Amino acid sequence: MLSLSLLAIVMLAMVGFAMGRSRAVAVAPAGHASLHSRPSYHGLYCLLWVLIVGLGVFVLLDMVMTSHKTSAVYALIQSQAPELSEIQTQLVFLDASKIAVEGEAAVVSSRDALRILVAELYAEKTALLSWIVSIGALAAAAASFAVTYRQIDAGFRARNRAERILRGILWISATIAILTTIGIVLALLGETLNFFIDQIDGQWAAFFFGTTWSPLSGVHEGELDPAKVGSIPLFAGTLMITVIAMLVAVPIGLFAAIYLSDFAGPRVRSWAKPMIEILAGIPTVVYGFFAAITVAPFVRDAGQAIGLDVSAQSALAAGVVMGIMIIPFISSLSDDVINAVPQSLRDGSYGLGATKAETMRKVILPAALPGIVSAVLLGVSRAVGETMIVVMAAGQGANLTWNPLEEVTTVTVQIVMLILGDTDASTAAGPAYTLGFVLFFVTLVLNIIALRIVRRYREMYD
Amino acid sequence: MQDVEVQNDIKFRARGVDVFYGDNQAIKSVDIDIEDRAVTAFIGPSGCGKSTFLRCLNRMNDTIDICRVMGEIRLDGDDIYARDIDPVQLRARVGMVFQKPNPFPKSIYDNVAYGPRIHGLASTRIELDDIVEQSLKRAAIWAEVKDRLDAPGTGLSGGQQQRLCIARAVATAPEVLLMDEPCSALDPIATAQVEELIDELRESYSVVIVTHSMQQAARVSQKTAFFHLGEVLEYGETGKIFTNPDHEKTQQYITGRFG
Amino acid sequence: MATTTVDMTALSAQHTSEAANKRSRARHWAQWRLKAYGIAAIMLAALALGILISTVIVRATTVFYEYYISLDTMIEVAEGDRARLADPNPRVRVGLDKVTRTALLAKVERDLSRNERRDLGRLLSTDAGLELGDAVKADMGLIGQRYLYPALLDDEVQMYLKGAIGRLQDAGTAGPLELTEEGDEIRLSFEPGAMATAREVLAEQRGIKARAARAEVARQENAIAATRASLAAAAQAQAEEDEEGAETASLQSALDAFIARRDRARELAEALQAKSADPAAVFDLTGDDPSVLIRTSGGWLKLSELGPEDAKAAVMEPLSTFGEAEPGAWEAFYLARPEVSRNLNDRQIVWVETFKRMGFVFSSLNTRLLSSSDSSNAELAGIWGAMVGSFWTMIVTFCLAFPIGVMAAIYLEEFAPKNRLTDFIEVNINNLAAVSSIVFGLFGITVLITGVKLFDVQLFDGLLRAIIDDPRSTPLAGGFVLALMSLPTIIIAARASIRAVPPSIRDAALGIGASKLQTSTHHVLPLAMPGILTGSIIAMAQALGETAPLIIIGMNSFIQEAPSTPFDKGNVLPSLIYLWNNNSERLFDGKTAAAIVVLLIFLIAMNALAVLLRKRFERRW
Repeated sequence: MLSLSLLAIVMLAMVGFAMGRSRAVAVAPAGHASLHSRPSYHGLYCLLWVLIVGLGVFVLLDMVMTSHKTSAVYALIQSQAPELSEIQTQLVFLDASKIAVEGEAAVVSSRDALRILVAELYAEKTALLSWIVSIGALAAAAASFAVTYRQIDAGFRARNRAERILRGILWISATIAILTTIGIVLALLGETLNFFIDQIDGQWAAFFFGTTWSPLSGVHEGELDPAKVGSIPLFAGTLMITVIAMLVAVPIGLFAAIYLSDFAGPRVRSWAKPMIEILAGIPTVVYGFFAAITVAPFVRDAGQAIGLDVSAQSALAAGVVMGIMIIPFISSLSDDVINAVPQSLRDGSYGLGATKAETMRKVILPAALPGIVSAVLLGVSRAVGETMIVVMAAGQGANLTWNPLEEVTTVTVQIVMLILGDTDASTAAGPAYTLGFVLFFVTLVLNIIALRIVRRYREMYD
Repeated sequence: MQDVEVQNDIKFRARGVDVFYGDNQAIKSVDIDIEDRAVTAFIGPSGCGKSTFLRCLNRMNDTIDICRVMGEIRLDGDDIYARDIDPVQLRARVGMVFQKPNPFPKSIYDNVAYGPRIHGLASTRIELDDIVEQSLKRAAIWAEVKDRLDAPGTGLSGGQQQRLCIARAVATAPEVLLMDEPCSALDPIATAQVEELIDELRESYSVVIVTHSMQQAARVSQKTAFFHLGEVLEYGETGKIFTNPDHEKTQQYITGRFG
Repeated sequence: MATTTVDMTALSAQHTSEAANKRSRARHWAQWRLKAYGIAAIMLAALALGILISTVIVRATTVFYEYYISLDTMIEVAEGDRARLADPNPRVRVGLDKVTRTALLAKVERDLSRNERRDLGRLLSTDAGLELGDAVKADMGLIGQRYLYPALLDDEVQMYLKGAIGRLQDAGTAGPLELTEEGDEIRLSFEPGAMATAREVLAEQRGIKARAARAEVARQENAIAATRASLAAAAQAQAEEDEEGAETASLQSALDAFIARRDRARELAEALQAKSADPAAVFDLTGDDPSVLIRTSGGWLKLSELGPEDAKAAVMEPLSTFGEAEPGAWEAFYLARPEVSRNLNDRQIVWVETFKRMGFVFSSLNTRLLSSSDSSNAELAGIWGAMVGSFWTMIVTFCLAFPIGVMAAIYLEEFAPKNRLTDFIEVNINNLAAVSSIVFGLFGITVLITGVKLFDVQLFDGLLRAIIDDPRSTPLAGGFVLALMSLPTIIIAARASIRAVPPSIRDAALGIGASKLQTSTHHVLPLAMPGILTGSIIAMAQALGETAPLIIIGMNSFIQEAPSTPFDKGNVLPSLIYLWNNNSERLFDGKTAAAIVVLLIFLIAMNALAVLLRKRFERRW
């Protein structure tokens, strides 16, 4: 029904295009040349309005009616069975909706009287929704067609108007980036405020400076124990893995970039660059598998062979693999900035009798330093936000330690554990979203600084 | 090509030099003798190979992968393309100044001190200070920068930058200075300053200058070589080349009929 | 500045001095070092890539084949099942477990106890009966007929057949073997020197156990010393202050316990050491020893005691005759991994070996991996469902991200005025490109699924709830999140290739009276399209490998069916890899690697397509 009416709106728009165009031809007193805009633009103008009004009303009505339907059905469930918990209520809702849509074939947890009753209401409301949405949207589309159709005459500036609409659509597409950022902040902010104000009663210092992290132990609903939400172990773990990763990635990435940009012959470059790009294209879940299956056992065995006690999921293994993942990042960004240093500086240095290595160390690297710093910052932001490697290869225990051979946990691991855990979702959301907010904020600051540096650097040589 | 009357010692002696860029021949069997303590100018239309030949003299062409140099170039009797010659050491003896001023993004002092530092010319800070001062003085820029040696070299004006680059080259204590159109990016006043400087440098160095400007060649050089399509068509006393060239092409070029 | 001290003209001479030559050597050595660091860095990166890829491929090859047993079945179907078999709906499946079990029992040719029947039944995959049902459903004429049915083997059996649990190795078969029946047991006697390997293995194992016992002795010694010390201290305290002796008593009893334990451990260590060193030792074999199995006269024996020239054994599968077995008529094996630490017992292994020797077990290319969907039984699980889920997710991602990204790029490059809003949009795009993917996951689950709440006030409901009641783990939700994530990449790539179109083209179009929009859509966009497509394909490849945001929106759930539309619940390949990696059944190790190989193949194909597009249409202005 709903998809049929969508189809009808699109058809109406196409009809509007054809009719608008032929009307434009008809109203032209002396052939096409006397029209301000070509006939197609009159058609396009009708089409755009029909589509925008029709689809807009459709979405609007659908959202309003869906929310009405949902609340009506939940109200019925609660009035019929007030004893059910929230999760059970949701289950009843889902089962009833399946019964209403699929009938006998529906696979549901049970088919009791309550569900049948609710399913009936659901079906009734769904039918109502389809009718109202379809009729409303079609009527609106038809009305806008009538209005635009009557506007058509020889002097009507259809092209300018249609283009203005299209430009508006382009503008909206461009602003989606802003909307996404606002959406992210909004999505995270609600639960974060809830966490600080309600769940830990405003004791924000307990979160930022506490050293014990086990927010959900002994908690079933709502309130958390401020003594157990100390995030220092998570930040320390994230920091340790990030440092290990950068210790691997920065030297390897930077030396590779130095070698490839100024020393390697075209033959080496032709295989080494794609090789490093392949490293960049491997999904993080594959790196996680590699860390968990190969590197972590290797680190443990190697540690045991020299008499060290290494835990099965060590910070070292996760950090090293994360470093491998970040190598291409550092190397390609550094390669870019090293190549951006003008050839004239190299010539100047060679002309004075400097070797290539001296030129690199004393002229090119100092000149490229801001770019390299920003590459490292972007790499750090990557490492801090990386999830799969640490979820699969670092630990889950919040362990405050300086020993990279022990198991540590990170901010991202805890977000995943909290969201996927089996504790009541609304309780776990507080700490999870707060960690997400901190993560977003930290990476945002790192990115902004890095992008600023890069921009200034570009201006220097442009 | 006529024989050249020898007044000074010969610094560079080039015989049968060919240069290829990949499959393109840029220089065809050039023979030339460059004198010590004199300014030699290379003139000729664009793309005639004069810059390429200049870059052969301190093996700057080595930094271009596809470039091959054949023939013989001797500096004070030593073949500079011989196996045991280190191009890095060669370039310390044969300094170079480029078309576009290219100071390093460092302080004025560090720019000038760069060469002496990498070649270990100064054993103490006092000596290094002295070399920097002498070089800046010799490049006639000392008075303008002596109070801001820590300022970045990139902050100077175009003419100042070029003189700084000359000071940087002088500080390495070369025997020969190669200049690749050193004034093409400068305004007339800065050009005059640099030309004056070149004339002074002649007293201590052999200077080879590539230029597009015939007037400049006439003003600063004692010897002039005319390059055309990768060959040296004429080489001799500057006065003679400009007043009474042997070759018809030289005549045409000098009178501005092509170029 | 200092007074003049350096003669610059004299300095020139330094360039040709011996000192300069020496210095030059040092400088070239430094250059060589820098180069070496660079080469080492590239080699390390290549090594890491090589190890990663080879690890994955080597593991994936273990599931390249799967193992079946051919069962000679008699298809007999109960009346009720017959009706359900006739049901055209493929979802109605019938398990003909009785048929498969009967056929398997027939292969053993003897009466089995209840436990033995259960062990035998476990050799088959859980779904062997169901799959036979499917075969019968496809061809109802099979009912009442004999049918040679290849039944899939259980994952543990598959692991054994691949050698992952260990293989039967020769235990020292030599000379004749004399078998005599003694009550429930069989007595074996053989030449001295036969069964040598088994004896070596057992002796070595006794040695290892002895070492463990000695370590225990040392531990107890430490405890004893510590307890004695505290006892002495307590005794002294008692003597001085005359307190009651309760503490002393408990210390004393602890001490006694430690001593008893030490003595036991010491005895054990000595006994084991003696066994290990004694060439004439008689070994008792228990469940934590390697198993020693003998095959002869059509049956199998399992050793319970092994001496230098004789042994005791229990019957695993009955022998046809006793008496002397000629050299070559018997074989002795050992399996290094003890029975307690594997999921297949000796009897099951004997059956598998017997079936293998009789030629019933065969391997076949594992197409199930690609054609079936996820399952909790490792031998049945495949990636089809996840591939379909990934496909739908990518479709949704592309349909959203590509048009929006291109439109945004056109606006920013061709129309946007230079103002603060444009700057802000630009900053946002660059930042979004670097926001952690898990944050997008949180954003997705909130905005699309649960709705945004601020101080207990629901600002708006989950956007996708207007379309589906439960959008969690649907490709639609996944596609939305991935579209927002790939949008910055697409916009940046599209802007770059729009910018590369020279202004002369725009001037030409504008000059003949085209509007700005016409210029953009008719002239600029077609010229920029190859570049835009290349960038978009690369963005899609990134999205295809993305995991974290998708598991946050629930795509890590166990879902057995492939989604038939983007509105059904489903997995994607990366989330399936994550799920399988968490699974403890060992066959999943190989399957995870195989899923990774498939994912990498898709990624390589997409990137190759992008490279091809770039090469084909690349235009230099």
